[in-house]
Amino acid sequence: MFEAVAFYLFAFLTIAMFFITVTTSQALYALTALAAGMIFISAFFFILGADFLGAVQIVVYSGAVMALYAFGMMFFDTTRDVKEKHGNKLIVSGLSILVAVLVVVIIAAPIVSTNMSASYPMTEGVGNTQEVGMVLFTKYLVPFEVAAVMLLVAMIAGIVLAGKKMDLSLTLMSDDDVRQVKEEENKKVLS
Amino acid sequence: MMEITLNHYLVLSTILFAIGLVGVMRRKNLLMLFFATEILLNSVNIAFAAISHFYGDLTGQMFAFFVIAIAASEVAVGLGLLIVWHKRHGNIDLDTMSTMRG
Amino acid sequence: MEFYLYLALFAPLAGSLFASLFGASKKNLIAGLVPSLLLFTSFVSSTILLVHILSGGEAVHVEMMTWMATGDLYIPFGFLVDEVSVTMMMVVTIVSTVVHFYSIGYMDHDKAFNRFFAWLSAFVFSMMVLVMSDNFAGLFIGWEGVGLCSWALIGFWYHKESATWAANEAFIMNRIADLGMLIGIFLVYWNTGTLQYNEAFAAMPSLETDVLVWTGIFLFIGAMGKSAQFPLHTWLADAMEGPTPVSALIHAATMVTAGVYLVVRANPLYDMIPEVGIFIASLGAFVALFAASMALVNRDMKRIIAYSTLSQLGYMFVAAGLGAYWVALFHLMAHAFFKALLFLGAGNVMHAMHDELDPFKMGGLKKAMKWTFIMMTLASVALAGIFPLAGFFSKDLILEVAFIEHHYVIYSVLLFTAGLTAFYSFRLVALIFHGEERYKLFGVHPHEAYKFMLIAMSPLLLLAIIAGAFKMTYFEMVTAVLPATEYHVHSAMTYWIMTIGTQLFVILAIAYAYKKYANSNVKVPDGTSKMENRLCYKILSNQYYIPYFYEEYLVKPYRELSAVFWKQVDLKVVDATVDGIANIIYTTGEKTRGMQSGNLSTMLKWMVVGTVALLTLAVVFGLAVRYSVEINAILSALGVK
Repeated sequence: MFEAVAFYLFAFLTIAMFFITVTTSQALYALTALAAGMIFISAFFFILGADFLGAVQIVVYSGAVMALYAFGMMFFDTTRDVKEKHGNKLIVSGLSILVAVLVVVIIAAPIVSTNMSASYPMTEGVGNTQEVGMVLFTKYLVPFEVAAVMLLVAMIAGIVLAGKKMDLSLTLMSDDDVRQVKEEENKKVLS
Repeated sequence: MMEITLNHYLVLSTILFAIGLVGVMRRKNLLMLFFATEILLNSVNIAFAAISHFYGDLTGQMFAFFVIAIAASEVAVGLGLLIVWHKRHGNIDLDTMSTMRG
Repeated sequence: MEFYLYLALFAPLAGSLFASLFGASKKNLIAGLVPSLLLFTSFVSSTILLVHILSGGEAVHVEMMTWMATGDLYIPFGFLVDEVSVTMMMVVTIVSTVVHFYSIGYMDHDKAFNRFFAWLSAFVFSMMVLVMSDNFAGLFIGWEGVGLCSWALIGFWYHKESATWAANEAFIMNRIADLGMLIGIFLVYWNTGTLQYNEAFAAMPSLETDVLVWTGIFLFIGAMGKSAQFPLHTWLADAMEGPTPVSALIHAATMVTAGVYLVVRANPLYDMIPEVGIFIASLGAFVALFAASMALVNRDMKRIIAYSTLSQLGYMFVAAGLGAYWVALFHLMAHAFFKALLFLGAGNVMHAMHDELDPFKMGGLKKAMKWTFIMMTLASVALAGIFPLAGFFSKDLILEVAFIEHHYVIYSVLLFTAGLTAFYSFRLVALIFHGEERYKLFGVHPHEAYKFMLIAMSPLLLLAIIAGAFKMTYFEMVTAVLPATEYHVHSAMTYWIMTIGTQLFVILAIAYAYKKYANSNVKVPDGTSKMENRLCYKILSNQYYIPYFYEEYLVKPYRELSAVFWKQVDLKVVDATVDGIANIIYTTGEKTRGMQSGNLSTMLKWMVVGTVALLTLAVVFGLAVRYSVEINAILSALGVK
């Protein structure tokens, strides 16, 4: 009973928040709605018993990602309304609904094979966080490390991209300009 | 009705995914596009977590973790590119990004 | 000897290639001299081969290389110099050497001097391939080669509409005949399994008569086209649009005789089917009379000589059809000499008269052009067959053959034609060289041709006079490969009556021609005189209305049919299909170019469309797998599986 109430409540809230995110013309509204939606999603994780995942969701999204977006938005003029040309709404909504219906058909109609068996069963008497740790550092150790490296790469890329000198684009410049830039570089190296 | 099954979660996930798609197709602002992408990723996360729970298998949660990691990296790199673009062109409108036109 | 064979064959090709190097540049004397000298080399080589054959040497047979070897079919590039082909080689090389040297003078003022020699030498090469090949395939290559060169040379002055028309007419008529020839060659291969002359003819006696008759008929159709026999004769007169040396070489001496050569070469075949031979002889006699009658009234100098050629070809076919192959070949040779001479003389006259062709507008030219006058008169005498010139020996022989073979109708037709021949030849001579100097009315100042042109013509003159003396030498040589039938009238009395009678008849015809046309009363016809309004004159001057008939009943319906096919089938079916396919592609491109706008938002939309498509497929395949049993049952019920 409690589970059902919580599910419907959070389902409604999440859908509402995300709907605001994709429809509002104010960037700030969108950001805020998105952050709220993320937190509501973490509620599902808690309901499903994935405590650690829920915590990570709040920390990463509401903390890191939203902070990043907020900082990023400081570069843009956020007070101004985002003016967008909207194309054919029928196509957009039609396609989305079609995708939704198809996925539901796939899930609800017994087309997928039903005999799924657990390969890493939950261990009795152990908390979710502990289980996650056990699986993550045995079976998924290599992907975990790769993900770590990937995050590092992303961090460096973010720093470099937002850093200086990136407003030059060699591909968009004319040949003469490129030559000039090269000559300047050479001068620097020589001196 | 009161019994919440796997299908409930999957349908919810699908609805959120559709909302994300609407965002992807509708928004012409690059920042909003990123938001829509986050929605897509999160809708999938819900499905993973739900399947993980109902089948008693941790693999789904593991995948959700990696999805979050990917989302974080994407935001970092994407925002960097966005800033570069904004510095050079003064806007982040998708319709102006047509250098790929033949 | 092989060396001389290759030299004789390939020297003209080398000359042609050399001249074609200068094809696009200005007139260059070298481009004319080198091919002429190379042809002279070819002539010398042919002479050496002739001496070799005459001195009892074996026929030279070489196989240069394999051309086709597929399955049972084996066709080499083989060349054979035997008694028959060496005769042809001599004729071709002598006449073409003379014509080449002559053309250096004749084409002196022509812009396309170099191109002319390239084509002329190419023609000689093709003709050599034709006569020297030892198989039907090589013969066919040469056959088509001379056809092509003839087309290019008739249409040499391609800026003249009439020249291009005549060139195309000649080419198309020859294609029609070549189809028959090709069928004949196929029949030979189909039934004997080989195209080599000696093997094919060796295998023929064991075949059924029907097959041989058809083979003979189809091969003769090819010969009819090349030798312009009725009903494919119209192209020859129109071919006179080409430069006069071309007419002399191709349309009098060599190419048009290729048909006779083919019949002579295929003599083992025609010996087995005498009924076809009779047909050939009858057609030949008919054409001889038919063409001579058209020559009587024509007012175009070159056309008159062309009709005369046609008529003489008829004579040759009579001889060949009656089995007197060596006689046919002999007349071919003698005719080549005096007819080429006649044409070259006509060329001189044309030059002097600034391309005027109507003999009625000339007259009295013998003072201005003494040598040309002498040459043309002698050539006409030879053509008329007066003793002791070449024509007497060859042409009277054909008359004797017809008489001895008891074909009296053919004999009388030919005898009558001989009179006509003499009449129209001397009508031409009288109109051009005798009588009043009518050309003065047109303000022309005639002059004799260059000296070297006259010297170049002199070998032909000599041969036209003395060729008859070689009759017995030639007979002994050529009968090594051809049936050696000697034609003697049984009683000496009959022989003398015949010979002297013929001579008298011919001389009378000449005298009448002189009387009628060499006096001072001849006027330029203006269509009002009594004779011109006679029905028979009209029929003859309109060439029996055959060109008109062709135009009206063959060309026009064909053109209309073509127009119908063009508008109904080509435009509405073929073009529509092609255009439709192109349009589909265009419209698809036009409609889908939106995908490629480079706009990220559009691309994302298309990505979603792709997702939808994939999901749909997933559902469809999932359903298909799930209901595979039922689907299979339905399919098997429908009989698909």
